[in-house]
Amino acid sequence: MPDNATVLEMRGVDKSFGPIDVLHEISLKVNEGEVLCLLGDNGAGKSTLIKTLSGVHQPTRGEMLMDGKPVNFVRPKDAQDMGIATVHQFGGTYPLMSIGRNFFAGAEPTRGWGPFKVFDRRKANAIAVEQVRKFGITGIDDGDRLVGGLSGGERQSLAIARAVYFGARVLILDEPTAALGVKQAAHVLRIVNEAKRRGLAVVFITHQVMHAMAVGDHFTVLIRGAIAADFRKGEKTREEIADLMAGGESMADLEADIEGYMETHEGHPPPPVH
Amino acid sequence: MADTQRDQGSAVGGFSILALFRRPETGAAAGFILIFLFFGYFGWERNFLTALGSSTWLNFASKVGIIAIPIGFLMIAGELDISVGALIPAGGIVLAMSVELFGMNIWLGVLVGLLVAGLIGYVNGMLVTRTNVPSLIVTLATLFVVAGLNAYASKQLAGTTQHSLQDVGAVSEFVLGDYHSLVLGSDENRITIFRSLQSSFFIWIVFAIACFYILHVAPWGNWIFAMGGDEESARNAGIPTNRLKIALFMLSAMAAALVGMTEAVLANTASTTTQFGMIFNTIICVVVGGVLLTGGFGTVAGTIFGTLTFGIVFQGINFTTFDKDLNLLFIGALLLVAVLMNDTFRNLATSASTTRKK
Repeated sequence: MPDNATVLEMRGVDKSFGPIDVLHEISLKVNEGEVLCLLGDNGAGKSTLIKTLSGVHQPTRGEMLMDGKPVNFVRPKDAQDMGIATVHQFGGTYPLMSIGRNFFAGAEPTRGWGPFKVFDRRKANAIAVEQVRKFGITGIDDGDRLVGGLSGGERQSLAIARAVYFGARVLILDEPTAALGVKQAAHVLRIVNEAKRRGLAVVFITHQVMHAMAVGDHFTVLIRGAIAADFRKGEKTREEIADLMAGGESMADLEADIEGYMETHEGHPPPPVH
Repeated sequence: MADTQRDQGSAVGGFSILALFRRPETGAAAGFILIFLFFGYFGWERNFLTALGSSTWLNFASKVGIIAIPIGFLMIAGELDISVGALIPAGGIVLAMSVELFGMNIWLGVLVGLLVAGLIGYVNGMLVTRTNVPSLIVTLATLFVVAGLNAYASKQLAGTTQHSLQDVGAVSEFVLGDYHSLVLGSDENRITIFRSLQSSFFIWIVFAIACFYILHVAPWGNWIFAMGGDEESARNAGIPTNRLKIALFMLSAMAAALVGMTEAVLANTASTTTQFGMIFNTIICVVVGGVLLTGGFGTVAGTIFGTLTFGIVFQGINFTTFDKDLNLLFIGALLLVAVLMNDTFRNLATSASTTRKK
């Protein structure tokens, strides 16, 4: 597969909080129209990495490049201005606000002049509904509906549609499927694919290998703050990836252990190890 | 403003009632109507519904109401401000001392009072945003600090905690602290529109309109809701949450000081006595008005209905044959019922729309 243009790149980025090193020598590329899956167990440094990408943290060492030019994000706003949008697990949506108000929070369309500006509710609702429907969420037709009444997948979709509408070029999705059921997760994965089709560079953070395999073009496995593996689609099987994420501990071996235990203990699984 | 909600109401039969239920202030409005009818019935004999009777609770409600709206803003934004209890007397004594002690023009005194209050609100806001200590604790501390300052500054500067404030001008009296009546027609067939309403009532109306604009019409209202809904997301969305929060604390402090000033001009005295009761009164009004204590939900209209309801219950018992000792019991019951009712309406608002069939 030919490499698409690189939008965002990290080169040898380290991040330490005081004496604690969280990220070591992270180098990665996020390409246009591709999904980079960032895999890792809890505590592997995924959150710190995305916070560094989105400007919440600054790298201790190393550099970040956008379109090949070095950039330095001091605040999240700097990253946003460059077109890097982060969508968190619950989508950064406000349950007790309407879809239209959610969609435009912080960037409200207004009518009127001077200090007497009026929030243009009708325009906000119309654009919000249209944009969300473009992502295939046909169940939404009323911009006055409160977001709290939407499903988890719909909320994620709203957040992604919002980011795309406001000119995101890099979409960072922080565990968008973690709290969702199977159907809802599939929904979100379709939207990730749609974002990719539109040429966005997507960073998809997850610890669910199945979800990563479904949409990913490029995979990076993080273990204890370092890149343990970096490969493209089709280069590794699901089992291999799962083993990698578990820190090299082979899932197959573990299964064999459990089966062996059960055979000698009348079919009971071993007690959990604390 | 064109209203798609209403458009649909006319297109789909019966949906308009649902749309009404979806309005967040419906619960508070319904509560107000019930309470009004209740006291209208039981207070009929004792002139609850006359112009003078209405003024009793409207005057009381107006003072609570001016403070309750910005407290409601703060609660929507996920914060509390209980320092208002000390800012009411602070406004009064700063005005009284400015005029009587330093010989300032009354309007300059009002400006000084608002500036002092704004400064205290700024400190509240800075402490809350910079330290992440819950605003309940921060403003509890400033409540006592300001109460102490009120007494200390009064004694040091004027040698007393009771300040007099002479009438200084017809206009300032009229605007800040006087009784107003409007009677149409002459002796035989005159109609009393209102009687003995204090200036604070009219200030409340103007202030409420301005606040309605801020929260529901201007784009900033969206920021306040977003901040209360999810502060981190709001900040990520580019909303200046810290500055906004500081502004809201300044607004509540200045509103409280304004109430203190209207009381001082009306009564011609100002005292340093901290009004602890007003802290609870304002919070009750806001909660009865359907503002969610944890933030992200509420309306100005709801808060006004809540304040009116509270005003009736607080003052209305004097118009009935019920024992006056039951007053506080009534208020407690009102608070519980109102919260339960508002929860029900809020659930309707979020769930009703999802089950709607096209």
